[in-house]
Amino acid sequence: MGEFMSEYILGIETSCDETAAAIIKDGKEIISNVVASQIESHKRFGGVVPEIASRHHVEQMTMVLEETFHQAGLEMKDIDAVAVTEGPGLVGALLVGVNAAKGLAYAHQKPLIGVHHIAGHIYANRLEKEFSFPLLALVVSGGHTELILMKEHGAFEIIGETRDDAAGEAYDKVARTLNLAYPGGPKIDQLAHEGKTSIDFPRAWLEECSFDFSFSGLKSAVINTLHNANQKGETIKQEDVAASFQASVVDVLTEKTYQAARQYGVKQVIVAGGVAANKGLRSVMQTKFQSEKEMELLFPPLSLCTDNAAMIAAAGSIAFQQGHRASWDLNANPSLSIEKYATR
Amino acid sequence: MNVLAIDTSNQVLGVAISKDDEIKAEYTANIKRNHSIGLMPAIDHIMKETETTPDQLDRIVIAKGPGSYTGVRIGLATAKTMAWTLSIPIVAVSSLELLAHNVRQQNILISPFFDARRGLVYTGLYENNHDRIFIKKEDQNIKMDQWLEELKSLQQPVVFLSQDIKLHQVIIKEKLGQAASIPSVIDHLPRPGILALLGAQKSPESVHELTPNYIRMVEAEANWLKEQENKQHG
Ligand SMILES: [Zn+2]
Repeated sequence: MGEFMSEYILGIETSCDETAAAIIKDGKEIISNVVASQIESHKRFGGVVPEIASRHHVEQMTMVLEETFHQAGLEMKDIDAVAVTEGPGLVGALLVGVNAAKGLAYAHQKPLIGVHHIAGHIYANRLEKEFSFPLLALVVSGGHTELILMKEHGAFEIIGETRDDAAGEAYDKVARTLNLAYPGGPKIDQLAHEGKTSIDFPRAWLEECSFDFSFSGLKSAVINTLHNANQKGETIKQEDVAASFQASVVDVLTEKTYQAARQYGVKQVIVAGGVAANKGLRSVMQTKFQSEKEMELLFPPLSLCTDNAAMIAAAGSIAFQQGHRASWDLNANPSLSIEKYATR
Repeated sequence: MNVLAIDTSNQVLGVAISKDDEIKAEYTANIKRNHSIGLMPAIDHIMKETETTPDQLDRIVIAKGPGSYTGVRIGLATAKTMAWTLSIPIVAVSSLELLAHNVRQQNILISPFFDARRGLVYTGLYENNHDRIFIKKEDQNIKMDQWLEELKSLQQPVVFLSQDIKLHQVIIKEKLGQAASIPSVIDHLPRPGILALLGAQKSPESVHELTPNYIRMVEAEANWLKEQENKQHG
């Protein structure tokens, strides 16, 4: 009878400052999705304090799980496997999720599945639209800027990555220089729409044919420009700095993604991670890919751009189908690479 | 009553299963390793040894610290989730109180402690009275020399228990002399079996509200609070 029954995967995510759990059906349908954000708690420190994040995860975990099952109207006995983010992320934060997942899976003797956080971000898109391969994913967040090629489910190949700062990290640093409240990324996006791209900030293209990124030069250029203006007693409009900075980031992200997509002849281009919520990036990419009739450009819905557990369950579902099982000694791996994960 | 006890609050990893008033299985490892690797395999091992299935568990007992922040969290994340999903009571016991139970001598003061670096320890003062352990001074984070002064003023014999005893035994002997007693190595090891029996006697806590006993505030938070105070008075 098994083959006609639906598959339910429970996902757990605690890699940074969101305590999240979700249940999805057949890898594609969200049944419940609960995220307890800690932003308010970390705001006063201007960034995530790892020890505080870990403490909150322990406090929130069972409540988040209870809400997840309550919303779904399901019980653990209905769940086929427990999927959890094993890395990358903050080690103390990851450990709470990993051990909670083990407790759940062990108590009900269910399979346990470790999931790579970035695989999760990519699979958030499968909750909207079925994948067609080959597929190129641009992953942009506070910790990541990567171009990942997927030839089939569960296969991840990095074809380009940042050599210094992640795009989201550059956003946060520029936001801090502009004295914008944490988290500054969305605020810059907002300001950018009110400003003009009047400052010509550098764009790091690196070597020809390289799909790697670099944002530290851009970040320094922004800081220097503000510093110099300040010394001369000039004022530059914050909106213009934001607009010019964002234009530079978006330009490089869009162009490199476009070149890579063409070179590998991909059928879909997926943008994933927190920066995928950026309106500037969305509109420039849409324009760029408009004429490509053979290529489909996909953005996750805004609610699935930031960290959540539905995406972990979605990636976990594929891993489950492919027969991956973690053993009871599963540990958190703060620097887990996606290529190593793909060949586990 | 089938009880599963878990202690990952310090370097020692301990799990045990007790049935009614008997310890059925105990696993203790005293090695430097991430408890996330060792805990669930150890639980699985003793569950199988005692032919206990998870749904037969009636209660979970957890050592709630003080100790290693990460270690305590690994234990609590596991214990809380298991207790919640199995709908069984959870009982939390001070990691220091657990250690204090290693002393069988009657009517004596006990100072279990864990080294907390920079001359600090986590400790509390307990007393064995008619085979029961009572708390005399609550668990705290304190400079060892200051703690020893406090104990000295009591003018009573004190037993010291700790996996970190070697780091502090010179100063203990120096400050307390004959009043300090340091038992043999076996008594410094926390026993998960004792945790199971102890937890069977205590009243359960709310699973959602149970948190580790870190004792210490996060440094960033403490600094922030100090800053706010300075702003108000400055
Ligand atoms: Zn993320």
